[in-house]
Amino acid sequence: MNWLIEFFGNPDNWSGPDGIPTRLLEHLEFSGLSLLLAMLIALPLGLWIGHTGKGALFAILSANAARALPTLGLLVLIVLLMGVGTIVPVLIPLVALAVPPILVNTYEGIRGVDPDLRDAAYGMGLRGGQVLGKVLVPTAMPLILLGLRVAAIQVVSTATVAAYVGLGGLGRFIVDGLATKDFPSTIGGAVLVALLALVVQLGFGLVQRVLVSPGVSQRLSIR
Amino acid sequence: MTEEPLVRWDWIGRNWPTIQGLLEDHVVMALVPIVLGLLIALPLGLAGVRWRWLYQPTVGVMNVIYSLPSLAVFIVLIPITGLATRTTVMVPLTFYAMAVLIPAVVDGLTSVPDHVRQSAVAMGFTPLRRLLQVELPIAVPVVLAGLRVAAVSSISLVSVGALVGRGGLGYLFIDGWQRQFYTPIVVGIVLIVVLAAVADLLLVLAQRLLTPWSRARRAA
Repeated sequence: MNWLIEFFGNPDNWSGPDGIPTRLLEHLEFSGLSLLLAMLIALPLGLWIGHTGKGALFAILSANAARALPTLGLLVLIVLLMGVGTIVPVLIPLVALAVPPILVNTYEGIRGVDPDLRDAAYGMGLRGGQVLGKVLVPTAMPLILLGLRVAAIQVVSTATVAAYVGLGGLGRFIVDGLATKDFPSTIGGAVLVALLALVVQLGFGLVQRVLVSPGVSQRLSIR
Repeated sequence: MTEEPLVRWDWIGRNWPTIQGLLEDHVVMALVPIVLGLLIALPLGLAGVRWRWLYQPTVGVMNVIYSLPSLAVFIVLIPITGLATRTTVMVPLTFYAMAVLIPAVVDGLTSVPDHVRQSAVAMGFTPLRRLLQVELPIAVPVVLAGLRVAAVSSISLVSVGALVGRGGLGYLFIDGWQRQFYTPIVVGIVLIVVLAAVADLLLVLAQRLLTPWSRARRAA
């Protein structure tokens, strides 16, 4: 506890390029961009695979393969290959980390929709795209959001590794603190990341309340 | 810097004994948390199904643990379990495995159709026999799906432990980074991915062996 007071009580930690606000913004930039890119890749792909049933095996296999990629190794390799200076090297491993949960949950959510529901929608004269947009996506929304939440939390907590190759973000407090045996800084950085992950968790809870139609959430709560 | 080849095979040859040692260390540090996580998650998942009020709090705690960065947890554990020890790496990984496995166990058990459960009751099965012979076998595919995710992520996460001095193959990343040398990094990545693929394949095989009926149904 004394360590936390020492870290958060120190005014030097609250300003300048090494301050908490700057580091937090950097962290949000890495995580936000990575998540956005991963969504742009995984959401359409997952929707398409779930809707058409094509390439399901390929998606599952590649998602699991991406899960196996060690973020730290990928990060140092890409930085060595591309050089430091931009944030591109840190985005690639983080996107690789975020794609699997989004892809798999989107695909399984769409595929798991009750076939009767889908048939009913077609029977009412909706076309393929309309069935996807008006019936399948809203019904699968809880699962899709769960995938996004898992991806977001993993990205936020793994973005700390970027500090190891000299990039910014909240990981700097952790990595620098470890290097200089400055435990207040290390623990403080860890607490900040954990808090951020918690905020993300709560944020997705709110998004879920807004985006999931009452019909769907009621159906889920009955089951 | 001259054009450095991505992989220098002579380096691998010379350092093979070291790499092998790291590989063994890596396997132990990944395997123990998965097995421990499963051993803890099974009873907790069972409890969560029997006493529904228990489930939400358990999953809540697990979610919080899951959202902690592995690097941070390793560091927090250093004063307790020591720098560069296997325990420091294995404790958080065990919790991550549990975070994936407890929902899988609960989902698997609740996915057992009611009429199947009722048939077992009607046939006079005791609760324990019903669990072992009816509910658990039906839950196997879902539990194993969770186990696959846990195993693959655990194998890949061990490498972060290198930042606190004990990361199995992850040590190669640190080594390559410090010397600005590609080969160890590439070797580390490839071995970790291969290791994860082998583990994944073994678990798929286990699922096929444990649920023979699902194959018959697919063929029909």
